[in-house]
Order: sequence, then C-alpha cells, then structure tokens
Amino acid sequence: MKTGYYGIYGGQYVAETLMPAISELTEAYKKYINDEDFIAEYKSLLADYVGRPSSLYYASRLTEHCGGAKIYLKREDLNHTGAHKVNNTIGQCLLAKKMGKKRVIAETGAGMHGVATATAAALFGLKCEVFMGAEDIRRQAPNVDRMKMLGADIVSVTSGSSTLKDAMNEALRNWVTTVEDTFYVIGTVAGPAPYPEMVKEFQSVIGIESKQQLLEKEGCLPDMVIACVGGGSNAMGIFAGFENDADVKLIGVEAEGSGIETGKHAASINGGRVGVLHGNKTYLLQDDDGQIIETHSISAGLDYPGVGPEHSYLNDTKRAEYTCIKDNEAIEAFQILCYKEGIIPALESSHAVAEALKQAPKMGKDKIILVNLSGRGDKDMLSVREYLDSH
Amino acid sequence: MNRIDSKFSQLKQENKKAIVPYICAGDPNLETTEDIILALAANGADVIEVGVPFSDPMADGPSIQYACKRAIDAGTTLKKIFEMVVRIRKQTDVPLILFSYYNVLFNGGFENNVKKAKEIGIDGMLIVDVPYEEYDEVEPILKANDVHLIRLVAPTTDGERLERILKDAAGFVYCITVKGVTGARAELPADLQERLEKIQNLSKAPIVAGFGISSGDMAKPIAKHSDGVVVGSAFVNRIEKSDTKEEAVSSCLELLEDLKRGVSPA
Repeated sequence: MKTGYYGIYGGQYVAETLMPAISELTEAYKKYINDEDFIAEYKSLLADYVGRPSSLYYASRLTEHCGGAKIYLKREDLNHTGAHKVNNTIGQCLLAKKMGKKRVIAETGAGMHGVATATAAALFGLKCEVFMGAEDIRRQAPNVDRMKMLGADIVSVTSGSSTLKDAMNEALRNWVTTVEDTFYVIGTVAGPAPYPEMVKEFQSVIGIESKQQLLEKEGCLPDMVIACVGGGSNAMGIFAGFENDADVKLIGVEAEGSGIETGKHAASINGGRVGVLHGNKTYLLQDDDGQIIETHSISAGLDYPGVGPEHSYLNDTKRAEYTCIKDNEAIEAFQILCYKEGIIPALESSHAVAEALKQAPKMGKDKIILVNLSGRGDKDMLSVREYLDSH
Repeated sequence: MNRIDSKFSQLKQENKKAIVPYICAGDPNLETTEDIILALAANGADVIEVGVPFSDPMADGPSIQYACKRAIDAGTTLKKIFEMVVRIRKQTDVPLILFSYYNVLFNGGFENNVKKAKEIGIDGMLIVDVPYEEYDEVEPILKANDVHLIRLVAPTTDGERLERILKDAAGFVYCITVKGVTGARAELPADLQERLEKIQNLSKAPIVAGFGISSGDMAKPIAKHSDGVVVGSAFVNRIEKSDTKEEAVSSCLELLEDLKRGVSPA
C-alpha cells in the first residue's frame, strides 16, 4: 500500500505549492512522534492542562431509560475547551512550535476546533487565524467570542454554503500564500497525508483510555462503540482503542439532516460516492458532474461533504458500520441526555447518543455500549432553541 | 506529433514566445467561451487552457472562483465542455489543454474521460490538485492516450524535487510565479527571473510561467527567461466586465494584442 493510503482512500491531492510543506510536515511528524521528550511533553500537557484522563461514566439513568445494554459515556466534554478537539491541537501546535513555525491557521465548523486551536496557540505563543463559514459564525456565536478572547483572528468565509467545507477551502488558499512560516492545524482525520494518520494518533488517547477504564470497571471490552462522524476524528480516536478487537462492533454515526431522500443531509458514506477533495480520496457528497454539493445538518461540526479516508476504508472492509441519525433524532437525544443525566451534549455528540438510544434496547442487559461524548453543548443553545421554536 | 510539441518547436524556430490564455469554460456561458477561444486562436494565441469549473477551486483566487460559480450556475458540465471542444476542433488546430481539479475528471472514470478527451482533440491536461506524489494514478493513462500531463513547479519546489518533476516533463512545464492562489497582481517577485533562468537551464521541456501576469508589460521580463506566459484571471476579469458576447471577445483580443506586444523580442 502506498504511504498515506487506506486501501484506495487517502493520498496527497494538493497543489504543488503546498507539497514541499506537506513533505516537511511528514518528516517532522515522523521524527517527533518517536521522540521520547516530545511524547513526554505532550502527555504531561494532556494530563495537567487538558485534564486527562477524561472520565468514563456509567450513564445509569440513560441505561434504565433504554432498558437494554449498559451505556457508558466517554466524557470528552469535560476536557479543557469542552471537546475532544484539544487532544489534537495540543499535539499539532506543539509540533508547529518544534518546527519553528510562528503562525497557525485552522478551519472550523462548530467552532470547537477553532477554540481548541486558539487555545493551544495561546499556550505556545503562536499567532492564530481561524477560518469559519459565515453561517457557522452566526449559529455558533459563543465559540466565536471565545476564539477572539484567546487572541485569534477570525476570518468570515462567505463562499459556497458558508460552512465548514468553504472554511477549509479558504484555509488552504491562505496556507498556499503563507506556507513558509505557517502551520495548518487540520481538525479532523481528513486532508492530505500525514493529517489523517497524525490526527488519529493524537486522538487515539480516547480509545486507549476508554479501553483501560472499562476493563477496570467491568473487566471486559464493550460490545459496541458508537461515535459521531463528520470528518471523523472523535470516532477514529475512540475506534483506535478497539480496532484490533474483532468482537467489538464499531459504529460511526453520520448526520442525516432532514433525511437522505430529501437531499438535505451530510451523510457522505451513506449518501455519497468516491471522489477527491481537500487533499484526499474518500466518500464525498457530489452531483452527477463531480461538483461538491451543499450539505445540511443541524450540527455545524458534522456539516461537511466528506469523511476521513480511513472511515471510507473501514466502511468498505466492513470493520465499522456507518449509520445515520436525522436532525430531529439528534435533538431528541440531546434532550433525553439533559433530562436523564444532567449533561448537555454537543449536537454532534447527540448523534452518537441517538444511535445508542436505538441500539441499547435491542441488546441484552449484560451488553455494554461505549459512546464517545465528544463535546459539550453550551455552544448549541441557539441552534437547539431555533429548532425547537420552529418544530 | 502532439499539437503542443509541434507548436513549441515551431515557436522555437521562429524565436517566439508562447501566449497561453486560460478561459474558464462556461463563464458566463459556453457559447461565449467558444467564440472567445476561436477568436484567440485565430489571432495568435499559441496554446489555450480550457478551464473546467469546480465547486471548490482551492488553488484559485476570487476572479476564477467567481467564474467557476457563474459557469456552474449556467449549467456547465464536463460533457458540455467536450461538446464545445468538438465544435472548436472543426475550426482550429490550436493546442488545447484541459485545466481542471481532479474530482471532475475522476468522476465517471478518469480513463474514460481521458479517452474521450483525446478523441475530440484535447492535447494536454493540467490537474491542479494532483502533485508528483500522485502522478502514477494519472500519468500512465494520459501517456497511453498521447495526452500530455502538464507538470507544475511552484516557488516552493526546489532541489531534488524540482529535478524529479522536470525530468520526464511532457509538453511544457508550468512554472507558478508566486506563492499563492491565481489572480492578477500588480507586481511579481523580485527573484522570479533568476528562478526562471535556473528552471530553464534544468528543463528539457519548454517552460511557461503563470499566475499573476495581467499585461504585456508584466509579461515582457518573464518572456525573456521562459518559453511563454499563461494569463488567466486577467482574461476572466475582462469577460466578467463585458455586457455582451461581442464585447467579451473584443476585450479578450485587446488583451491578447497587448500580450503579443509584451513578449515580442523587439
């Protein structure tokens, strides 16, 4: 298999101007990921700064509500900045610092990756610019303020559907102009190699911890692991702990928006076909002519027409199953988790919770479902309020 | 012989530089594109890049981004562009290069699209987001069909990498002049001429410089150290400002004349 490929997926489909920077990054990543001092510094930051390990919480009232499998929540929402994204941005910004870069850029959808990048940039004394779709700036306003407080500049992107995909286009355009002193912090397991591999590596702490924590609490592995998938970094992170345990069923949950049949969704695997965008070959939502189509999801973080290449591979090899959750189901799961457990989940993570609500009743009480609660929902008040008011 | 190769050997004999306009196909509609390409070809454009619009043109600045959007909104598809090329080929032998992002060519099968392109008289393809690392996916197919893969080198391409890319280049090498996206610029980097000279010495294939060039005056110093210039956004901007097809054609011809003055050895 060629480097940076997962079966036929992945690759390095970028403009020539960026390629030398990507090769430089690949070299640096290979060097530092095997460097004891780098890893020690990274781990110490995860422990003392991010607050890891994040807890593994047995959601007894949610379990009771479903009347089936025991549901455990991996509480990435309790991390500093409120989501799993920080695991990756600490890793990448630390790498940027080691490489002597002075400035980082990032794309963001829900704003969690933007906040996490702005946070890490502040921590390491790097200049930070975040590209965000105008529609996302509107619907995720609290995160925009947070990024500004942290000293980041926000660039409002108005092209296309003014969401995550367009923010990524603009970040790539900026990178091509500033490539010599700038490090592009990609927030998900997509983009040109080595990003999918690197982001997975930095997020794999989720899976590794969960496994150990569950073994301590239950003495066994979960029967099923569920995570939401936009680009797919929280899913790949938790899957990483279990990918070699063939008996553990892995489920990635895509955002079905109003339903695949309506065309208003963001389910790239379930509703798309293979293509090339943003540096990698993967499942994409596109029309008959190969133009990328606009996506829809109530969750800004899942509102993206592609998916990380390894997810495409796991789908084709059937190692993981990719299901769909609609906007209304995610909202319902959001409310149930609020009422039953006193946890306000991110709308992204609510998709994973919704899938657990479907799966748990079908499974015996001796079974265990592990859900990655990838982030908290403070940012989503406006979206949820607007949805509830209009439905 | 591939039309691109014949053209460059002819230019060399005549001691002339190539002028390579880029036109975004379908902006504002394919009838206009067709007329512009035919007029440019009839009036001395040496090679023409037919831009295939893409929804997410990551390497392009605002001019070509908006052109892509207008073209897609007007219903432009690869199939319709091919139909236009068939009509164009009946009237001119100007070398034609398809300039595209990979997804549009990958869609429906890359090999199918290359075969079709060859059949209708496309001579080369420039695929913006397929760098050297991924050539093995496209180059064998293109070679088998005698369609040149136009390789790109950027200001960041250096050392061993530069030599590797230049080594087996076919048709010509596209030298990106600036670190950045496409778009007309007021000036070009100070070290550009030196850089072009270096590439010219290393390259067996002709080298053509592009990105940012918008006038004959800008093209002049570049033409001294290269085998030609690509001009894109400046044509796109003129088309955008034109109210009618006729105006678009004459405005493009005006720019072509200016470029010809700029690159002529006088």
